[in-house]
Amino acid sequence: MDQNLRELYQDIILDHSRHPRHFGPLTDASHVAEGHNPLCGDKVKIYLAVDANERITDVTFEGKGCAISVASASLMTEMLEGRTVTEAESLMGGFLRLVKGEAVQSLDEEDRERLEVMAGVSAFPMRVKCATLAWHAMKAALEGERAVRTE
Amino acid sequence: MNAELQMQAQTYDVARLRSDFPILARKVHGRPLVYLDSAASAQKPKLVLDTMTSFMTSEYANVHRGVHFLSGAATDRYEQARVRVQRFLNAAHSDEIIFTRGGTEAINLVSYSYLSPQIQAGDEVVLSVMEHHSNIVPWHFLRERQGAVLKWVEVSDLGELDPADVARAITSKTKLVALTHMSNVLGTKTALKEIVHLAHQKGVPVLADGCQGAVHGIVDVQDLDVDFYALTGHKLYGPTGIGALYAKRAHLKAMRPFEGGGEMIREVTKVNISYADPPMRFEAGTPPIVEAVGLAAALDYLDGVGREKIAAHELALARTATKRLKETNGIKIIGEAADKGPIISFEAIGIHAHDLATILDREGVAVRGGHHCAQPLMDRFSVSGTARASFGLYNTAAEVDALIAAVGEARRVFG
Repeated sequence: MDQNLRELYQDIILDHSRHPRHFGPLTDASHVAEGHNPLCGDKVKIYLAVDANERITDVTFEGKGCAISVASASLMTEMLEGRTVTEAESLMGGFLRLVKGEAVQSLDEEDRERLEVMAGVSAFPMRVKCATLAWHAMKAALEGERAVRTE
Repeated sequence: MNAELQMQAQTYDVARLRSDFPILARKVHGRPLVYLDSAASAQKPKLVLDTMTSFMTSEYANVHRGVHFLSGAATDRYEQARVRVQRFLNAAHSDEIIFTRGGTEAINLVSYSYLSPQIQAGDEVVLSVMEHHSNIVPWHFLRERQGAVLKWVEVSDLGELDPADVARAITSKTKLVALTHMSNVLGTKTALKEIVHLAHQKGVPVLADGCQGAVHGIVDVQDLDVDFYALTGHKLYGPTGIGALYAKRAHLKAMRPFEGGGEMIREVTKVNISYADPPMRFEAGTPPIVEAVGLAAALDYLDGVGREKIAAHELALARTATKRLKETNGIKIIGEAADKGPIISFEAIGIHAHDLATILDREGVAVRGGHHCAQPLMDRFSVSGTARASFGLYNTAAEVDALIAAVGEARRVFG
């Protein structure tokens, strides 16, 4: 198999896409938004519970999509739990740079390593939108918007 | 190679035809290009490229405007292209051919200029669930703006449309039946002639979306007796930005203009205007002149090879591919109508269409993945998208092998 493909569809990505973490609605969510890519029909809904200290106490997602978009959403929910809103935004900034193949200096080493599994997307420009859909939905939710479209 | 393909190969020199298409020589990701996305857009033969270049090099000017030499020459070429489309569809008159930007604009033209002025709230448009969005959204406009009702005709699990179901959907309020001639997703050919006959018995005109149907076989609009037929140039191996609407003369004469601008008028004063006769009434502004000339060259090319021969070649490939995909573990074909064109939608169980298309692409195999601008149909078959392999006149049996191998590769990646 092509090396780029192997990096894109590495085991951890396939595992997240087959067994997504934090999957399902969150009844006590304080922020909810739906991300929609009308080009492929993929949809992801992000639920966040944010406390008075601007800390994300719980985060889940539901939706349908390709392996890349589901794995990215799953990984994101794993990483966001317990973060402040500011930290979540900085994580997203780093992730967006990473999937475009740009250098990421803003994140600490542990975060960078965990996100690194998605770096293979950068060799597939047509699939970057799949990887970022959940993140854009998360940002929209935190900003009080109900829906966001990427295409 | 099976018997059917062998028979075809004897009368159809695909290697020679491939050499007419410069792009087919290129590689993708270091592998030979296997282009199985002609239903989205077909590649262009050298004849089309050369005709457009030479027209712009030596004969180009605006049309229907100047008295100078080149304007006359360009006008001749443009009007010859109209006659070429007329012959392609066997229309009775060349003034029944309106040049448009593509199939989408052709259908929007019918919606705006023909149907909209007649629609009262509650009037109905009958359409099938396998329409492309371009044959759905223009009618939704009439629903939103004028209260038209869209009546959907279902297809069977095989993706077949029963003409009797279309007839049953027609009521005294039906103003138009709008149907595809060939589904861009399922490949299903509709029994257009029979449907037109049934609709006409009830006094209802029929629009056919021929964007796929015109590409695979002979279309005779007089024999079909269809009222409107829309086609697009880029799927017919011609350039983008050009399409055509065929409409019966009687309809065109009664239709209001579409866009307003130059060339579509008879006289303009400060207080009044009068409109040109069809077809000019519907071609405001400078038309896609070079593209029309390119389209005519594409139709020459198709008829030079032979449309029936092409259709037989494509169908033999598609049948082989269908059979072998069905033999592949975890592959489900969506759309198995008895009468279908060379378009195969399939699902790899557990693999999203975009992941599948990405893996195939790395093998050099270009297929489309997604909803194919046919979301009601995706709902009908309860899928979010499919992968689609579509065959053109230049595809080969070896490319079917490449498709099957690439699908096998995807299965290995996803386990």
